[in-house]
Order: sequence, then structure tokens, then C-alpha cells
Amino acid sequence: MAHRILVPVKRVIDYAVKIRVAGGKIDTNVKHSMNPFDEIAIEEAVRLKEAKKAAEVVTVTVGSTKSQETLRTALAMGADRALHVEIPESAEVQPLEVAKILKAIVAKESPSIVLLGKQAIDDDAGQTGQMLAGLLDWPQATFASKVELNDSVLTVTREVDGGLETVKTTLPAILTADLRLNQPRYATLPNIMKAKKKPIEKLSPADLGVDVTPRIKVLEVSEPPKRSAGKTVGSVDELIDKLKNEAGVI
Amino acid sequence: MSVPRFASLVSRSRGAAAPALRNAARSFSTTNAIRSAGSIPSLHTFTEEEVMLREAVAKFATEVVGPKVREMDENEMMDRFVIDGLFQQGLMGIETPAELNGSGTSFTAAILTVEELAKVDPSVSVMCDVQNTLVNTVFTKYANAAQKEKYLPKLATDTIGCFCLSEAGSGSDAFALQTKAEKQGDYYILSGTKMWITNSYEAGIFLVFANVDPSKGYKGITCFIVEKDMGVEIAKKEKKLGIRASSTCALSFDDIKVPASNVLGQIGQGYKYAIEILNEGRIGIAAQMLGLAQGAFDLAVPYTFDRKQFGQAIGDFQGMQHQYAQIAVEIEAARLLTYNAARMKEQGKSFVKEAAMAKLYASQVAERAASKAVEWMGGVAFTRDLLAEKFYRDCKIGAIYEGTSNIQLQTIAKILKTQYAK
Repeated sequence: MAHRILVPVKRVIDYAVKIRVAGGKIDTNVKHSMNPFDEIAIEEAVRLKEAKKAAEVVTVTVGSTKSQETLRTALAMGADRALHVEIPESAEVQPLEVAKILKAIVAKESPSIVLLGKQAIDDDAGQTGQMLAGLLDWPQATFASKVELNDSVLTVTREVDGGLETVKTTLPAILTADLRLNQPRYATLPNIMKAKKKPIEKLSPADLGVDVTPRIKVLEVSEPPKRSAGKTVGSVDELIDKLKNEAGVI
Repeated sequence: MSVPRFASLVSRSRGAAAPALRNAARSFSTTNAIRSAGSIPSLHTFTEEEVMLREAVAKFATEVVGPKVREMDENEMMDRFVIDGLFQQGLMGIETPAELNGSGTSFTAAILTVEELAKVDPSVSVMCDVQNTLVNTVFTKYANAAQKEKYLPKLATDTIGCFCLSEAGSGSDAFALQTKAEKQGDYYILSGTKMWITNSYEAGIFLVFANVDPSKGYKGITCFIVEKDMGVEIAKKEKKLGIRASSTCALSFDDIKVPASNVLGQIGQGYKYAIEILNEGRIGIAAQMLGLAQGAFDLAVPYTFDRKQFGQAIGDFQGMQHQYAQIAVEIEAARLLTYNAARMKEQGKSFVKEAAMAKLYASQVAERAASKAVEWMGGVAFTRDLLAEKFYRDCKIGAIYEGTSNIQLQTIAKILKTQYAK
């Protein structure tokens, strides 16, 4: 059962950074790191490999040269090798285009499982895994909080609005990782050093026959309105009056 | 080099000296102009693994060490979970080669690790620093192959080491140590006491400096590898002002038997090893003090933009602006001194003066930064609810251990004399 797990990762603005909008654009000259849900995905894949349920963990990213550091982090966490689909720094890719690239990567690598983070913390799209499943016509188990792999059958507990749902799927399949799936490991120093020797293969979207021109145009970016102080009211009538005439919500 | 030719000119009137020095500079620049302008990177340049390591350690420090800092300080005890974490992360054998279960990384990587840990807890930082820059390095530089194979893997994976030089009667005057080692057949019988030994409460491996022949003075000082079960006794665990979670103990050796094969390096050369090692260890302490200063700064300055008085954030008052700007300058200067000393050591250049300068200055900056941080945060920082008061207590040791500030100044002055006196 030599399962190969493909884990796509994305370099995003670090979750702890305060996002600032300057001149209608987000200030990107700040600290970046691996999307936290992708860290959880890498961790789960590496755990499956350590439990001998998978033979190889391959990581891939679509990004500029700076994304290489994200791949190195994935390798330091235990991925075996990496693929870098390089795009210019000024370019952006959107979920559908990434899904198309991943479809081409899947054709190249033949993984049994594609394990993604449930969403990226910059666009919060939460679409790539699902679109990929559609393009490949593969089963999908999203928002996974528990994953069990036995004899090529995946049993996945999903976190849904109403509670927890358990699904079973055969392989190959798409999984997306939710927050409570696991606690990602810290990259230990010996693993950081070993990661240096692991291979990173470079590709371009053209090599994979994918057109990455964005189809969605961003019209405006603005900061949310600043929170103003609350007010105390003396009676229910006053409350209704304020909600109707000041806040305009009823 | 041209400078000696112009030395006599320099000692004449200043007017004559100026063109001479300018000529000297020109001839220096032609011999050193190996690279073009713009190709030599700043000291804020690191290898990929140094960057990754710094981020991994910063994360580990914040998430694993952070929640336990106050508790460890109140209990005056290092948490076992934190110690295990340091070993699991590969942070206790940073420069040890991979074949000996170490992480096989650079000295600067060790310095960055010590710095990042100190931003969160200077006690944890010093444990890691002593292990890497003192204990591991003594083995790597002076031990024989059998000793390296036996002890370096243990030090990298699960055993804490400590450096036992100081005694009640010998601190700065280290060579006046009294611990004796008497040869008896295949053993040495060690007797004496050591004081102020960092890590000693948790340590399993002790590098003990003892004199095999007091009639030879300091030339009898020898370094011994002593294991805990050879009979090392903790005479007293000190209660301290700062770095309370770091154990500092008085040890006693009551005629303990140490195999002759545990002599590290040459007999009678121990004094030399101690001096050389402490030169490197100094850069480690500089990194610890640097991290402490930065940690205190990072704690206090955001607070000044939250705290409003008289209708504005206190951080916007010009008086405050001048203060934190000044401290930021000093932290950056301490950083550059520390990183530069580390890089010079890596390059195999002589770094004794630079290491002393880095340690001296970083410990002074740490004291100023920690003190100001408490002031900037005001009354609440005076309570043990915040860690500002801890940084203030922790910083004082920087001017004392691994060579007091006066010793650093003396070291620097001696080197300056060789450069300036004829």
C-alpha cells in the first residue's frame, strides 16, 4: 500500500501581523509564513507516513521565488520532496487556477490523497480543495477534524455547522484539514538541516498547460469600519428608537 | 601592510598624521578590494537554515516556554517539559555533528537560538547557552575521539552538562582555584568545592577544573569529565535575584574517583582551555543579554501605544519617543557587535576583543532596556503580574558571569595596548 499524499501549501501573510491597507492595497511588506491550515495538513500527512499508512509525502506550492521558504518549512516538518510551480511576484493566482494546476500535478504524481488546508487565511476562499475534487471527479471530505486510513478506505470526521459528521470514502480522494485535526510539530533543528538535502523541482504553469490569468477582479480593498464606543439606553423604547433611527438595523 | 611605515608619522603633529593615515587607508583598500561595492551583505544576513531555525525557536519559545516562564521563576525550578523540549528540538547539540546525534549547524545558529530563547526567558536561554557554547565546545575542541563519541551524543540528546570553574575563593582570579586532583593508579581523586555553577542541579556531566600539581601554580590546572554518579554532591542550591529558574549550585567533591581516561585534553592545560572557551562563551552571553533587551522592549513599547493619559497614547509624548528611540539604537548596536563577533569566530579570525566588547555592551544595554521597560509600563510593571520586573531582575547577572564587566574592560584594554603602544 504505497500511498503517496500530495499536500499543497500556500505562503500567506503571518496570522499575527496586523493587516494595513495603504492606497487601496494591502501592505505586503510584512512577515509571511505557511498558511496555518496547510501546516495542519502537512502534519497529518507526515503522521500518516510515520504510522506507515503512506509511503511518501510530496508538497507543492504555486508562488513566487519567495514561496521556496514555505516549501523548506514543509520539508523540515517531514515532507519528502517538493514541487515549486513558479509565477512572477506581481502575479496572483486564484482558487480555480490553482485547482487546475493541482489537477496537472495529480496527473504527474498520481497521489492517493490530496490533503489541503480548508482555506487560506488571506482570501478565506475555502474553494481550492472542492474545485479540485470537481475537476478530478474524486470524492471529497472537507473540514476534517479526524482522519483514519485503513486498507485504502478513509474514515473522516467532519466539522459541520450542526456538529460532527462522519463520512467514508475510497481512494483516491480529496481531504481538507480543519483547525482541530492536529497540533503541527515544530521543525526541529536536525530536520531543518535534513530539509536542505531534499529536492525541490521547479515547474511553470506553462509546463503544465494551465492558463493562470485571474478571472475574478478585485474592485476595492478597504479596512473594516473602526469600532465605536457603545451606548447605554434607559428603556426598551429608547433601544428600539436607536436601533431603528441611528443604527438603521430594524 | 603599510601602517607600520606611517606609525612614526602618526606620532608627530596631527597635521602630518592626517595625510599619512589617508595614504594608509588607500593602500589597505587596494589589498582588500576583492569585492565591488554593494556585494558585501549587512550583518542581518543569514543562511536559509539560520532563518528557519530562528523562526522555529521563536515559535517554540513563545508557545512552549512562554506559558511556563512565571511559574518556573516563582518555583525557582526549570520545568522538565521545557528541558525535554529543548532536547527534542535539537537545540542542545546545535554545532555537534550529525554522526554524534547533533544538529550540525553553525555557531551563529547557536547564537540566534540563545537570543530567541532569551526574548522569552533568559533562564532557559542560559541553560541552552552553557550547554552549547561552553560544554559542547570544550568536548569538540579538546576531547579525544573516544570521549567525543561517548559524551557528545548524550549532551545532544538527553544529558545536561555544566562548566565547573569558579570557587568561593576564585572567580575572576580563576587560576587561584583550590580543587585538587591526586593521581592514584588509574584514577584521580578529586576533592574540593565549586560555586555558582549554572545548570548543576539538572546536570549529569560536569566539566571540573582541578589542579593536579599545586606546586606548578595554574599550570597544574586540568579539565576532568566527571559524571554525576561518580559522587558529585549538590552542597547548596542558590536562591537568586534573577534567572531563578536556572539552577546555580555549590558543588562538593568529597574524594571522588575519576578515571584517568576522563582527563580532557592535556594535563596542566586546563587553564588554557578555560580561557579560550570563555572567549567564545562571551558571545553566547551577549546573545542572551541581547534577547533579554529585545524581549523587554517588545513587551513595553506596544503598551505605550495602548495606554492613554491626558487624552493621548503615552508612547506619543515626545519625552517617551526620545527614550524608546534611544534604547532601540543601543539594542541595534549590541546586536551588530554580537553578530559580528559570531561571524568573525566562524571565519576563524581572532575575535577576543570583539567578543569582550559584545558581552560588555550587551549586558549594559540589557540593564538599561529592562529598567526603562519597567518605567514605561509604570505601576503595573512593578507587579509580578507582568514579566517586565523579571527582565529587570534577570539582566543584572549579565555584568557578572562569564567574566565581569571589569574583566571585559581589562581584556579590551590589554588588546588595545598591543595595538597602540610601541
